[in-house]
Amino acid sequence: MAKLKLNTERCKGCGYCVSVCKKGALSQKGRLNRKGYDVVEADESLCVQCGMCYRMCPDYVFEILD
Amino acid sequence: MKLKAPETITFTTSGFCPGCGHGIAARLIAEIVEEMGLREDFIPTVDVACGALNMDAWRFDTVMAAHGRPIVTAIGVKKVRKDKLSAAYIGDGAAYAIGMAETMHAALRNDNVTVIVMNNGVFGMTGGQMAPTTLLGQKTTSSPGGRSAKKQGMPFDVAKVLGQLPIAYLARGSLDSPAAVEKTKKYIKKGFEKQMNGEGFSLIEVLAPCPTNWGLSPVESLKHIREKTRAYYEVGEFVDRKGEQA
Repeated sequence: MAKLKLNTERCKGCGYCVSVCKKGALSQKGRLNRKGYDVVEADESLCVQCGMCYRMCPDYVFEILD
Repeated sequence: MKLKAPETITFTTSGFCPGCGHGIAARLIAEIVEEMGLREDFIPTVDVACGALNMDAWRFDTVMAAHGRPIVTAIGVKKVRKDKLSAAYIGDGAAYAIGMAETMHAALRNDNVTVIVMNNGVFGMTGGQMAPTTLLGQKTTSSPGGRSAKKQGMPFDVAKVLGQLPIAYLARGSLDSPAAVEKTKKYIKKGFEKQMNGEGFSLIEVLAPCPTNWGLSPVESLKHIREKTRAYYEVGEFVDRKGEQA
C-alpha cells in the first residue's frame, strides 16, 4: 500500500525534506519537473510516515496517506 | 497518521523562491484557521511585499494594505467586524521599519488584533537590502561590508521593546526544523485564540529563511538560522497575560 503521495510538479527542489528525513527515504537524483527543478524522489520501503517532510515543505508536495 | 495540506490552500503556481519560509507559514495559518473552525471568518491583511503573494495561496477574503500599514488596516477590519478573526501578516520591513509607528501605537493601545511578523532580516522583494533586523556583520546588497553597530546601529529585537508593554501576547518562533515549525504553530494559534477571547494585542515573530537574498542554499539558510539568527534573537514566549480582558 502506498504510504506517501508526492506532487512533484509543485516541488522547487529546495531539499528541506531530504535534510530532515531521518530514514534517508528521500533523495534528489536529478529528475526535473516541467519547471526545471530537481525534484524529490521517495523510497517508500524506508518511509515510516513520521511526517517531517510534510512539516518542512514550503510547497505542499507531500501527502501522508493512512 | 494522515497529513494533507489544508483545503484553504490553493495550488496555483506560488511565486515564492525555492526554500522560502512564507510557504510554511501560509500552511500553518491555514491549518490553525481550519482547526478553529473559522474558515469563513478569517480576514488576513497582507503588506506590499513577498508575503502578499499569499493572496494567491489562501482561499480567504484577504485585504492588501498600503505598504507598511497592514496592522492599522487589520485593526479597522476588527473594529467593523468584531466577530471575525483579523490578522496582519507582514514582514520585518513593514513591522519594524516603515510601519514602526503603527506597530508601537497598536501595542500601546492594546488593540484586539493579531500580528504575524516574518523576520528574515532583509527586504526580500526589493532585492535584499538591509533591514532593522539584519544581524551584525551580515552582508546585504546595501551593506556589502556587513552591518556594523557603529554605522547602522544594533539589530531591532521586538521582545526587548514590546516586552515591556501591557499587551496580551508576544512570542517568537522559528522555521529552522520540524520541531520549531510545530512550536511556531502553537504560538500563532495562541495569538488567534487570545484575539477571539478579546484579550488584546498579540504579536508573533517568526524567524524565516530567505535563501535567495542571503546568498545561501535553502538547507544552508536553515543552518544560518540555527547558528546565527537564533544566537541573537531568542525564541520563546515573552508576554502572556492569561485570560485578562483588554
